[in-house]
Order: sequence, then structure tokens, then C-alpha cells
Amino acid sequence: MTTIPLFHVLILSSLLFAIGFVGVVARKNTLFMLMSLEIMLNAVGVAFIGAGSVWQQADGQVMFILILTLAAAEVAVGLALLIRMQKKYHSLDIDLLNQMKG
Amino acid sequence: MLLASLPFYPLVSFLVLIAFGKRLSWQLAAIIGVSSMALTVLVSAILLFELSTSQNQVLSVNLWHWFDLTNQMGTGEVNVSFYLDGLSAVMISVVSGVGFLIHLFAAIYMKADANFSRFMAYMNLFIVAMLILVLADNLVLLYLGWEGVGLCSFLLIGFWYQEKSNVLAARKAFIVTRIGDTSMAIGLLLMFNTFGELNIAAVTTLAQQANMVTGPNSVSSAEQANNIYWIALLLLGGAVGKSAQLPLQTWLPDAMAGPTPVSALIHAATMVTAGVYLIARMHGIFLLAPEVMNYVAWLGALTLLLAGVAALAQTDIKRVLAYSTMSQIGYMMLALGAGAWSAGVFHLMTHAFFKALLFLTAGAVIYALHHQQNLFKMGGLWKQLPFETSLFVVGLICLMALPGTSGFFSKEAIIAQLWSSNTAGPMLWWCAILGALLTSIYSCRLFFLAFLGTARCSENPQAEKNVLLRSALIILALLSLFGGLIPLDLTLVFSAAIQRPLVQLIEPTWLHSLAIITPFIGMLFSWFYFKNYRLSPLKGIEQHIEASEGKFVLFCRQGLGFDAFYNALLVKPYQWLAQVNQRDILDQIIMLNAWYVGLWHDSLILVQNGSLRWYLAAFGLAIILLLGVSFL
Repeated sequence: MTTIPLFHVLILSSLLFAIGFVGVVARKNTLFMLMSLEIMLNAVGVAFIGAGSVWQQADGQVMFILILTLAAAEVAVGLALLIRMQKKYHSLDIDLLNQMKG
Repeated sequence: MLLASLPFYPLVSFLVLIAFGKRLSWQLAAIIGVSSMALTVLVSAILLFELSTSQNQVLSVNLWHWFDLTNQMGTGEVNVSFYLDGLSAVMISVVSGVGFLIHLFAAIYMKADANFSRFMAYMNLFIVAMLILVLADNLVLLYLGWEGVGLCSFLLIGFWYQEKSNVLAARKAFIVTRIGDTSMAIGLLLMFNTFGELNIAAVTTLAQQANMVTGPNSVSSAEQANNIYWIALLLLGGAVGKSAQLPLQTWLPDAMAGPTPVSALIHAATMVTAGVYLIARMHGIFLLAPEVMNYVAWLGALTLLLAGVAALAQTDIKRVLAYSTMSQIGYMMLALGAGAWSAGVFHLMTHAFFKALLFLTAGAVIYALHHQQNLFKMGGLWKQLPFETSLFVVGLICLMALPGTSGFFSKEAIIAQLWSSNTAGPMLWWCAILGALLTSIYSCRLFFLAFLGTARCSENPQAEKNVLLRSALIILALLSLFGGLIPLDLTLVFSAAIQRPLVQLIEPTWLHSLAIITPFIGMLFSWFYFKNYRLSPLKGIEQHIEASEGKFVLFCRQGLGFDAFYNALLVKPYQWLAQVNQRDILDQIIMLNAWYVGLWHDSLILVQNGSLRWYLAAFGLAIILLLGVSFL
């Protein structure tokens, strides 16, 4: 089995991160923003896994599990907030939540 | 030391009255205010006795070190220390004696006022400031007292501050005297710059030394001698403001807006004579600047005549007395300018007695007539108010300087020294005689209008018959009549002032007799000229008033147009400038800062739009930027 070069892994990870970031910024729907956030987290996870496999270290996988748990917790909170928002505003448009103007 | 404690009795009373005034009853407030003054009188009397038995006729006490002043001439100490010699002894006896009687009068006169304790507190504070002024041994402390009496004058003129005109009068008095005070402050700075000292005795010595060593080859002394001229002139400016002399006299008639005891105490007996005291105190400087002494004499003479003419046209009893005060201070200035120092100070003392008497009696009359001050609405009061009338007559004959009264001794002493003085001369002598004539004419006019003729007041007069009030008036009347017999020996104080006239003018023999008969000429003249006022059937006087309301009379009544002149010259342009420059130009420059900050505020507020996605985008971009920068 040929090892994938680290550079390629990093390109994939950066692309995923950029897609996720653009999704967070450009999407109005909060649900899609949460999903884009997940993509960004996974991009970071890919980078860790890739690096761990290239250097033959377990640390990368440990980090990924950590990120996974974090993502799960975040999604739990985020989805709860979404439900509250849907109940209150009957919409998931993030731009409705702009009362805290500086 | 007794001397050190002198100003503290009224000070303690002031503090008590101002702190607990609202809770004190009339009796308690009056007792505190008046008894502190009684203590002051007592202590002054003991001090006078001590002074007469002391070796060199000087008492002094150093309370504490205040601060040091340093310049290239050296270091001058400014101490809070008091100095009592013959001159300040005259002043403290006038301030405490007349002040006590006026406090006694005021305690009863102002009984019904809601703010009685505040009134007594201000009066006490005034006495404190005045005592500091006359006892100060250096000019900084003197200046403290000087400003203190100015403040009290302001507070007391505007005592009934609910009336707008009173407030305006108070403000005017404060601002106009401030002009003089500024000149005096500059004079003090120049004096310190020249001599490196502000102690009065030290400055006098230094000035005399500087004058002696002035030679053709010493540049610095020539500069000093030149400075002495300016110092004297600037001090004269201060005296002119405080004593209501010619260019700055406009505040005094308006100051009559205050309660009558205030007019008697501040604007007749004590504060307005502070200018005279200042010049007498600094006589060592003035003697070295004979030109300035000449100006002093001329200013005094002009004020004397101007105020006399203005007094002839007044309708308000208090304003007549105000102008009369102005003209009597003109006499004092004239005396000082002519080098008749002790005569000037003597006149200061006798004037304090009889003018306080006149004001207080006028106050009693005004009180009896339910606050009627218009002379044309009085008349015939001698039947209804015989006590007040007789006291007023006493005051007036002293003012006119009829032989035997105190005014006679002091005024004749001044007039006698004018003719052959170096810095005065026959011209000024004639001015003084003319002034005496005017004095007797306006005094007669005042007396005829107020006390003779038919009664023109609408209500029946109700005189205040309080024994204390009347005894205060009687003591003042006795002082006015016999105050001329008080031996006043100031030769030690003015020992530097012994003059050697260059050319001894020969005095004509008729000088003294003319000076003595002048008041009688005036009385005789007014007896016939003001016949209408004297006899006045009710209709006659009305016609006479209408006939006398000519343009010139109105002009004189307004104080010979000085108010209008200053209004046009200073007040109007200033108001115009304030109107035009309502949005202050200098302010705008400073406001640029605020505008700049505001700009940033506005632009940063746009960033804080509350939209989460904008924040995220900015966040991401900033990270990219930071990474880019760190890589590059």
C-alpha cells in the first residue's frame, strides 16, 4: 500500500476547511452553518489523521477522537439552540439575530 | 496676643452663624453677631491703650509663615502677621466702633427679614476682611483683605437677590471694582519684581534707598525709580476702584440697592475708604512719585465736583448720600494728593462717623415710611419724626462742616493745606471750596425736601422706637459732633512725609475766612433758591418737579452720563462680540478633537452591525491577513 504524501492530505484538508468557512459565512440558514462548521472540524481532523499516519504516531488519532467528541457536544448545543430559535422566530435565518448592535 | 486675636471674634461668629444660622432664633443670632462685635470693640480699646504706652508706637505680631516668593532680587517672606501703628489704629477703631454701632442698628432694623442670620454672617465676615486689610503688614495679606471686603460688598448688595435689579447692581459693583483690583495686583507684581519684597515697611525703605542712590551712572536704580512711578500709578488704580473715584465711580450709587445698614457700613464708613487707607499706607512710595500725587489730587478734586453736581439732581435719599460719600472721599484723595496725610486720615474718621449716622437715620426714616426712598414723596417729616429729624440735622451740619462739628475740623484741615502744597495748589483749593459750596447746597436741598414743607407721603410714618436702635444713633451723633476733638497724632507714621516746599507760596489772608463762610453762603443760597421745597404747598412742588425735569437735570441724575458712556464704549461692544461669537471660534478648534473622535465612533459603529456572518467573515479575513503578514 502506497502512503499518501502529507502534502496531498493537507491540500484536501485546506480545501475542506475553505469550503466549510465559505459555507459558514455565506449561508443564511443556521442549520447549514452548523453543518459547515462540522465540515471545518472534519477538515482539521483529516489533517491530524494524515499527519499521524505519515509520522507513524498515535497522537493524531487521539486528537481526532477529541475533536469528534467536541463536535458531538457542539452539535447537541447548537441543535437545541436551533429548536429554540425556530420556536421563537419561526425561521432559522441567522440575520434575524442582530439585536446586539454595537 | 490680643492683636492676633482681633479678627477672630467676628470670624468665629461668622462661622457659627453660617453653619447653624437657619436653626437660630432672631435673639440668638443677633446676640452672637453683635456681641462678637462688642468684643472686637473692647479688644481694640485695650490695643489702643497698649499702643499709646508702647515704646515706638508700634505693635506687631507674627501668626504664621505663609509662603516665600523668590525672584532675582532675593527671597521675600510672606507672613500672616499684623502690624498696628497710628494709622491702622485709627482704622481699627473706626471699623470696630462704627461697625459695632451699625451691627446693633442692623440687628433691629433687619429683624423681620427671613434671612437675618445670613445677613449678620456676611456683616461679620466683612469686619474680618476689613480688619485683615488694615492690620496686614505685607501687601499680599492686605490684598487678601482687599478682595475679602469686595466679596462681602458683592454678597451684601445682592442680599435681596430675588430682585433682579439688586443682582445687577451687585454684579456691577463686583466687576467695576475688579478692574481696579487687577491694576493693583499688577502693581504688586511690579513692586515685587523691583524690590524683591512685599512687606510694607521694607518696600518703603527700599524705595527710599533706591531714590537716594539714583545717579547718572547707575542704570538699575534709574529703572527702579521709573518703576516707582508705575507702581504708584497702579496702586492708585486699585484705590480708585475701591473708593469709587472718577473713572470707576459708577458702581457706588447702584450699590445702594443693598440694605441700608450695608450702605452705612460698607459703602460709607469703611470699605470705600480702603483706597484712602492704601494710599496713606503706601505714602513712602507715593512721596517718591510727585506726579502721581498730583494725579491723586486732581482725581479727588474732579470726583468731588462731579459727585456734588450729581447729588444735586437725585430723587432717591440714599443716592444723594451715595454721591455725597463719593465727594467726601474725593476730599480725602485731594488731601492725600496734596501731602496732607493726617488731614486725609482724620477726615476719613470723621466722615465715617457722620456718614454712618446719616445713612442709619435715613434708614430709620425709610423704615418709618414703609420703604419709601423717593424724596419727592417725603416732606414735612419734622413734625412726625422729630427724633430722626434732629439726628439727620446733626449729620448734615457735620457734612456741611459748620464750625464746631467734627467735619469742620477735618475738612478745614484739608483745605488749609491745599494752597501751599507742592502737589496741589490754588487751583485745587478753589475746587475744594466749590465742592464745599455744592455740599452745603445739596445737603439743604435734601433736608428741605425730606423734612420741611408739606407731608407728601401717602401713609402715616411709623417710627421704630427701640431703645437700642436709638442709642446706637445717639452715640453716632455724639461722635459726629465731638469726634473732631479726638487728638489724632500721626506724625510718627508719616514722619517720612515732612515736606520742604521749594517755593513757599504766600497765602492770602482771606483764605481761611472764605473757607469757613462757604457753607453759610451755600445755605443762604439754597434758603432762597429752594424756597419751593421749603414751603411747598402741595401743588407747587408738583409743578416744580415737572419744571426741574429738564434734560440737564436728568443727565446729572444719571451720574453725568458715565453709565451711558461705559455702556456704549464697553458693554455694548462686548455684548455684540458675544452675540457674533456665540459659537466660540477658539472653542471650535478644540472641538475638532471631539469631531475626530466622533468620526471614528461613527465608522466603528458600522462594523458592529450585529450580524454574526459579518463578524465571522471579518474574523477569517483577519486571520488570513495575519498569516499572510507573518509568512511574508
